[in-house]
Amino acid sequence: MAKRPGQDSKLLSPGTKAPDFTLHVTPDQTLALSDLAGKPVVLAFYPADWSPVCGDQMALYNEALPEFEQYDATILGISVDGAWCHDAFAKARNLHFPLLADFEPKGAVATQYGAYREGDGFCQRALFVIDRDGVIAWNFLSPIAINPGADGILDALARLPK
Amino acid sequence: MSTLQVPVTDADYIEGDPDAPVTLVEYADYECPYCGAAYSVIKRVQKHFGKRLRFVFRNFPLTQIHPEAENAAEIAEFAGAHGRFWEMHDALFENQEALGPALYVSLAKTLGLSAEALEEALEHRTFRPKIRSDFMGGLKSGVNGTPTFFINGRRHDAGNEYEDLVTAIDAELATEARRSSATR
Repeated sequence: MAKRPGQDSKLLSPGTKAPDFTLHVTPDQTLALSDLAGKPVVLAFYPADWSPVCGDQMALYNEALPEFEQYDATILGISVDGAWCHDAFAKARNLHFPLLADFEPKGAVATQYGAYREGDGFCQRALFVIDRDGVIAWNFLSPIAINPGADGILDALARLPK
Repeated sequence: MSTLQVPVTDADYIEGDPDAPVTLVEYADYECPYCGAAYSVIKRVQKHFGKRLRFVFRNFPLTQIHPEAENAAEIAEFAGAHGRFWEMHDALFENQEALGPALYVSLAKTLGLSAEALEEALEHRTFRPKIRSDFMGGLKSGVNGTPTFFINGRRHDAGNEYEDLVTAIDAELATEARRSSATR
């Protein structure tokens, strides 16, 4: 039976080794998860750039960067938008953290993490906190229309072993 | 579900009856157009519920997309330190399209506040720690954009129009009524 939009495989669970990936972070640069080994990483999969400004998940995380930095954590936004689109979006919103393009093959990394919406063709609003050893420590799937905020992320970062 | 992590205390700016059965907390940004729209909605909601509702305002400036949001928040806190918080809060939202130094000086004068003291507070960023603390408390409570409302401590995700808030507050009043009759 064909999958209905949004009825997708489950998110990768805590305790799972986070699959490595390499994605474009700008049109001419790539970033690998393994480049960040030894530091906590927050992966924020989101449906698309350019959602309404004041309720935008990436704009919120941008303001929360000093709090993430207190935990030595790097946050990465991931959507299926292309690197040029991310570039324009980041400039327009004054974003100071990387947005990765899960663009080709489309949604491949999101699919690996169980965070892709088959049929819709974009990422879930799915969050992962990865510990210093590259293991998933926490995950969260938010309804697609609801920005999950930063409370769960901050709580998960606070519970990581120092 | 996201819940308010920082309880309402005397340190908050509160409008309405302290014994009201429902408390509406708003995290907002003076430059955010959605907060500007919510400002007049809240006035109507307050009028509708009267003594059954108290309202609390907390700062959540999105400084990277709203260049005047932090200054405006500091101005309101400055006025608050001189006992004029709500007048300034209202005036800032009512003049949202004109946020900037000229407006701040003019509003300070209207409220009988010293323009020099205001300038000094801005220069020394006197109220930034308070605003940052509001912001942090909001982040930890699950504020996910502006405005974000909490009704008796639970995040309200069901829309920010007048009808949405009235419906949610009515439901909370009904719950509170059942709770107090059960404990009687």
